[in-house]
Amino acid sequence: MIARLWHGNTLPVLIVVAAILVFWYAMAVHMNSPWQERMNARAELENVPFTEFASQTWAQAKPLLPAPHQILGEVWKATIEEEITSRRSLAYHSWITLSATLLGFAFGTLLGIGLAVAIIHNEASDRSLMPWIIASQTVPILAIAPMVVVGLGAVGVTGMVPKALISMYLSFFPVVVGMVKGLRSPEQIQLDLMATYNANDWQIFTKLRWPSAIPFLFASMRVGIAISLIGAVVGELSNAAGGGLGVRLLTGSYNGQTIQIWAALLLAAALAATLVALVGVAEKIVLRRMGVAT
Amino acid sequence: MTTVVSAKELSLTFETNDGPVQALSEVSLDINKGEFVSFIGPSGCGKTTFLRVIADLEQPTGGAISINGKTPAEARQNRDYGYVFQAAALLPWRTVERNVALPLEIMGLSTAEQQHRISRTLEMVNLTGFEQKYPWQLSGGMQQRASIARALAFDADLLLMDEPFGALDEIVRDHLNAQLLELWAKTEKTIAFVTHSIPEAVYLSTKIVVMSPRPGRVTDIIDSPLPRERPLDIRETPEFLEVAHRVREGLRAGHSYADE
Repeated sequence: MIARLWHGNTLPVLIVVAAILVFWYAMAVHMNSPWQERMNARAELENVPFTEFASQTWAQAKPLLPAPHQILGEVWKATIEEEITSRRSLAYHSWITLSATLLGFAFGTLLGIGLAVAIIHNEASDRSLMPWIIASQTVPILAIAPMVVVGLGAVGVTGMVPKALISMYLSFFPVVVGMVKGLRSPEQIQLDLMATYNANDWQIFTKLRWPSAIPFLFASMRVGIAISLIGAVVGELSNAAGGGLGVRLLTGSYNGQTIQIWAALLLAAALAATLVALVGVAEKIVLRRMGVAT
Repeated sequence: MTTVVSAKELSLTFETNDGPVQALSEVSLDINKGEFVSFIGPSGCGKTTFLRVIADLEQPTGGAISINGKTPAEARQNRDYGYVFQAAALLPWRTVERNVALPLEIMGLSTAEQQHRISRTLEMVNLTGFEQKYPWQLSGGMQQRASIARALAFDADLLLMDEPFGALDEIVRDHLNAQLLELWAKTEKTIAFVTHSIPEAVYLSTKIVVMSPRPGRVTDIIDSPLPRERPLDIRETPEFLEVAHRVREGLRAGHSYADE
């Protein structure tokens, strides 16, 4: 157990977490103290001992920087203690964001694979599509997202679909790039081998190119699912009525509810980490079934 | 005797960035049915290129070549030959059995027929019992045997082998050479075999084609006087050493090592 702690990742990770927490609490005291000093002066409290002053700075209702336990408390309160169907429930908002993320990710992955297949089989589409695909990612998504959400809203398409489209717009890119590389990854000797069998394009694709590209697909999907979540959150910022973690960020900043913002942020980060980890698990399972992972 | 491969004044020039490189220069050669023909020469002599022209993987720029009376493209479409590459080139996500099945799947054979041919060819290369192993679980020699099984599986009469044992150590190579001769005797296939090892060429072949580089051309064609039945210790006999000597002379006559 001790040896495992010493040689594995656990100990280094715990040390880093501890260091971050110490730094965070110290910063909370520092950043929240001006307001606390004014409050104490107004209440005519003098010579407050430092330990008490510190715990005051960690317990404000709208601190500049909430302490970690305040954020965790808010997450607990807003996920476990609220009804899951309530608009005050973070679980409810997380589900809204998650569903748009997953739909957009699925669309984006399919679009990415489709474009990659077109690009590797057709030189004209290689030259005509690739510049546009790259250009699409240089446009700031913060500028496009409101146009998509508001524009589609004007023609009656609201809810999950506009947000999923933004997720798709972001997530197809790593999949195209990864899959073009993956589908082109078979070695010349393997392509020669298929030629000696007089294999047609479809057989070369299904028996050689596609299996070769699978590890590339999973690497792309890991990036794709994380930015899908970002796309969904950005989409939510343009439609405050729709709900989602993005809306919690937005309303939190309108009302100066810093704890609420940080709670939503923490949940979004945890969601992204979980999704990336799930893609990793799927990758392990698929590669093991293919026999290429030991 | 039926001619399987017939090349007449075959030439091939590669256009490279440094200008044209002549890989083959007026190579004329016949390979008859049931022969074991080795191509020997230093790097750049065109021996692999010649094999690739037979297989329709390279296009000649001059001369004529026919395989069973057909063009290389027709022969390839007709799956007239099996090709064994320098590396085993097994697909890592397929078991040995599925790798051997690859050409059979592409040809559209029934599952029962596939199974029959897989077990038959794996037995020929002594890999029975390894059907479910993945390539990374096999030694280099076993991988190359699996790739030979794959080339044999669809029963082409012509086997093209491009330095198949080049990456293996001497002991494994001797063993596989003996196995290959057995296989050749059993199946009566025509084999074209590229190598840069003189003992290997002499031990295996009924006919040895000595080539020299810049440009790639044939300097000598030796019909081996050795019997078809060849135990490994035939390599100590005067007849064997005499053929080996003539090969070495042929290589020297081509000035093949003069500038290396």
